[in-house]
Amino acid sequence: MTNEWPLWEVFIRSQHGLAHKHVGSLHAPDAEMAIKNARDVYTRRNEGISIWVARSSDIHASSPGDRAALFEPSNDKVYRHPTFFPMPDEVKHL
Amino acid sequence: MHSSADLFDYALRLGDNGLVLSQRLGEWVGKGPVLEEDIATTNVALDLLGQARLWLAHAGEIEAREAPPGRTEDQLAYFRDDAGFRNLLLVEQPNGNYADTIARQFLFDQWHVLLLGRLVLSRDERIAEIAAKAIKEVQYHVERSSDWVVRLGDGTDESHARMQAAVDSLWMYTGEMFTIDETERVLIDTGIAADLEALREPWCSHVHAVLADATLAVPADSWMQGARSRGGKQGIHTEQLSRMLAEMQSLPRAYPDAHW
Repeated sequence: MTNEWPLWEVFIRSQHGLAHKHVGSLHAPDAEMAIKNARDVYTRRNEGISIWVARSSDIHASSPGDRAALFEPSNDKVYRHPTFFPMPDEVKHL
Repeated sequence: MHSSADLFDYALRLGDNGLVLSQRLGEWVGKGPVLEEDIATTNVALDLLGQARLWLAHAGEIEAREAPPGRTEDQLAYFRDDAGFRNLLLVEQPNGNYADTIARQFLFDQWHVLLLGRLVLSRDERIAEIAAKAIKEVQYHVERSSDWVVRLGDGTDESHARMQAAVDSLWMYTGEMFTIDETERVLIDTGIAADLEALREPWCSHVHAVLADATLAVPADSWMQGARSRGGKQGIHTEQLSRMLAEMQSLPRAYPDAHW
């Protein structure tokens, strides 16, 4: 098929979650229909309270080849992790 | 005062619309135009089936008051013949192409949401409860099918032509939605049933607005099937229903004790 609908990435905020999480992708002619389709494909079992969709072509990813340069330097810098502080019990969602 | 036979008949009318339409939509499973539509159509079918179960279970309870124990929802769904069904002629029409399916859904949804809007005020408590549960689902159905009418009507030349042809060919089944027979009259008078004549004007105005958005013409008024109280609600169906029921009912009739 030459006139295939564009691909959309779907993000759902769950009942208890604070942030939208990527759940998958689907095809739709436009954003409005993408949200409707996302509702039908990804929230059938009461998974969510909010839906985001974004055109897959609008998402830019880091290159797997750059992994070492991007992420490895932080491995040996333990002082960047806040593990030296006691956490008060009242603080949630850290 | 209405008889319990009237009330039983009315509950069947409410339940059979959902049962028959959900079975029709189920015929698309695995064959939808795209995966996402396939799933969405099945969702609508399952909503309608869930509603049908509540209505038919209620019909069985009404029947049990006069002739205990009364039939179960499954007995009502699988062991009545076509003449025992009380659904509108519109919902038993075959799926056709996707525009036909969308047109059937759209004409029905626009009526269904108005009907339920009245039934939430019914003096029959159970009817009001089921309607209140169902209306949330149907508000989504009407939004979805209206959206598709606009997309196909205001789409390509071919989708426009098919959408117009679909609306034109189903139009003659819409009159039945607003004609009131003796059974309904007595239930309207006692505050239980919805006054169908009062739904006509809002239905026309919503349907005309969507058709205009879709650049589609409103079909000319013509002979309406099922008028004069001789239609689906009275058990006089098109040949389409018995063919559909043959498939739907064959398994429980061949194996009455079958279960999952």
